[in-house]
Amino acid sequence: MPNTNNTEDTAKGLSRRDVIKGVIAGGAVSSSAYLFRSSVVQAQQSAAGSAERLVTLTVNGQQRRVDVMKQETLLTTLRYKLGLTGSKMGCDRSECGACTVLVDDVPHYSCSVLTHTVRGKNIVSIEGLASPAGKLHPVQQGVMDEHGFQCAFCLPGFVMATVGFLKVNPNPTRAQLAHGISGNLCRCQDYDKILTAMMRGAENSRKATHA
Amino acid sequence: MAIVRDIMPAFELFQPATIQDALGLLDRYGRDAWVLAGGLDSFDWLKDRVKRTKVVVDLSQIKELTGIREAGGGLEIGAMTTLTEVVRHPVVKAKYSILSEGAESAASPQIRNQGTLGGNVSQDARCWYYRGGWKCYRAGGNICFADTPTAINREHAILGADRCVAVNPSDSAPALIALDAQMVIRNSKGERTVNAEDYFVGPEIDITRMTVLKPGDLLTAIRIPATWAGAQFYFEKIRDRPVWDFPLLNVASAMVVSGGNIERIRIVVNAAAARPLRLTAVENAVRGKPRNAATGELGGKIAIEGAEPLRYNGYKIPLMRNLVKRAISGVEETKWT
Repeated sequence: MPNTNNTEDTAKGLSRRDVIKGVIAGGAVSSSAYLFRSSVVQAQQSAAGSAERLVTLTVNGQQRRVDVMKQETLLTTLRYKLGLTGSKMGCDRSECGACTVLVDDVPHYSCSVLTHTVRGKNIVSIEGLASPAGKLHPVQQGVMDEHGFQCAFCLPGFVMATVGFLKVNPNPTRAQLAHGISGNLCRCQDYDKILTAMMRGAENSRKATHA
Repeated sequence: MAIVRDIMPAFELFQPATIQDALGLLDRYGRDAWVLAGGLDSFDWLKDRVKRTKVVVDLSQIKELTGIREAGGGLEIGAMTTLTEVVRHPVVKAKYSILSEGAESAASPQIRNQGTLGGNVSQDARCWYYRGGWKCYRAGGNICFADTPTAINREHAILGADRCVAVNPSDSAPALIALDAQMVIRNSKGERTVNAEDYFVGPEIDITRMTVLKPGDLLTAIRIPATWAGAQFYFEKIRDRPVWDFPLLNVASAMVVSGGNIERIRIVVNAAAARPLRLTAVENAVRGKPRNAATGELGGKIAIEGAEPLRYNGYKIPLMRNLVKRAISGVEETKWT
């Protein structure tokens, strides 16, 4: 089977960088091909704003080029295309909050956002909170300080909802924060401890801002 | 509800940048076009495969559909303005607080961050037989599964039912009707405005639709006149959980009182019927009367005239009577009975 061997050799000979470059170049070709479609129907569609499949997303401060289906949700893109599995799929129906991410600093259920609608927006998931050196975000530190969760499946959603809420109201009362993150469910019924941890996170955030 | 945890069936996605382009697409695809606003209603249908579509026209890139502007002494709110923006807007809060209360009582924070005012008033019925894909009247069949001897119908209609007993689930709609808002609708032939109370249709007019919107129509803005700016407002929503749940009932009233007497009033109840109900008989009965518990009592009694309970929603009748009482005479004056 000489052909198979050849293929393997070639694959081994490619560096990671080459592969990435290849993917990016391929993407560029696909994009411009879209502009020069010859079919009349397709030309009409693109004129009126049909979505391309290959898009650039800004996720956790990085530009990510990714092939996205028209009907794909942001949660699917994050988990299955970009490998960011911190955002959880709980209900997939906007009813639990486990998939919460920030889109331009505003908490959204990523299970109910079409990825194509957030092109050009700044997406932050739980993976983007800690500093590149590994220092936890003040709200994450609040969880550590207070041992805020039991099973913690809902944790990423709660933390993202809290981080988003604190951007609007950095100094909330316990009741205000409870209202602000009421779009998240915890099946362990650990709400009191979670709220304590999130309040500690708010305090940590204020200290970090003043420091 | 079918629980399917994978991606939605494929559709073609259009993201026009202008209203004009959107209207062109709606014209071209007609009944095949699915208009997508915030998506919170749409995605449930599509994920569950209960409704399908070939073409989605997403309005999220149309800048002229968003934002709140002062216009004609009142406000013009773009249909794609999120509920959170409506809730936080200083003029809405100061002059039309009933609308920010109504919008804030809807769903959850994340849903309000994405869900739009236009979508909130245009959303489909939430009857679970209908949403579960049962071929009922509203889905084009010839039976109502919520109105059978064994049906579970605690959330359903007590007034205005005609074959279908689903209710309108919107929390902002009654506030908009109380404020005498106007809905701006555009299609490729031009623009028209419809009074908020006439925007909604009951099953006696069209059993498959909740609003006057037809294929090709786009709700572009909602205008709030200055008529009721700074009036005395009352909004209350009753639901099982304080987050997510649709109203079991809600009430919105706008009132101008002079010398202790009710000079002008508009009062609206939702989740009692397939469309938000403006209670004109109540308004006429209490106008000119002192704003007190007796007048509230009178209004409450008139409000529930003709109400017919189903097996599990009888509680809605005294609940509606009491909500109307409170909306007229205030919480202090009214004891729950």
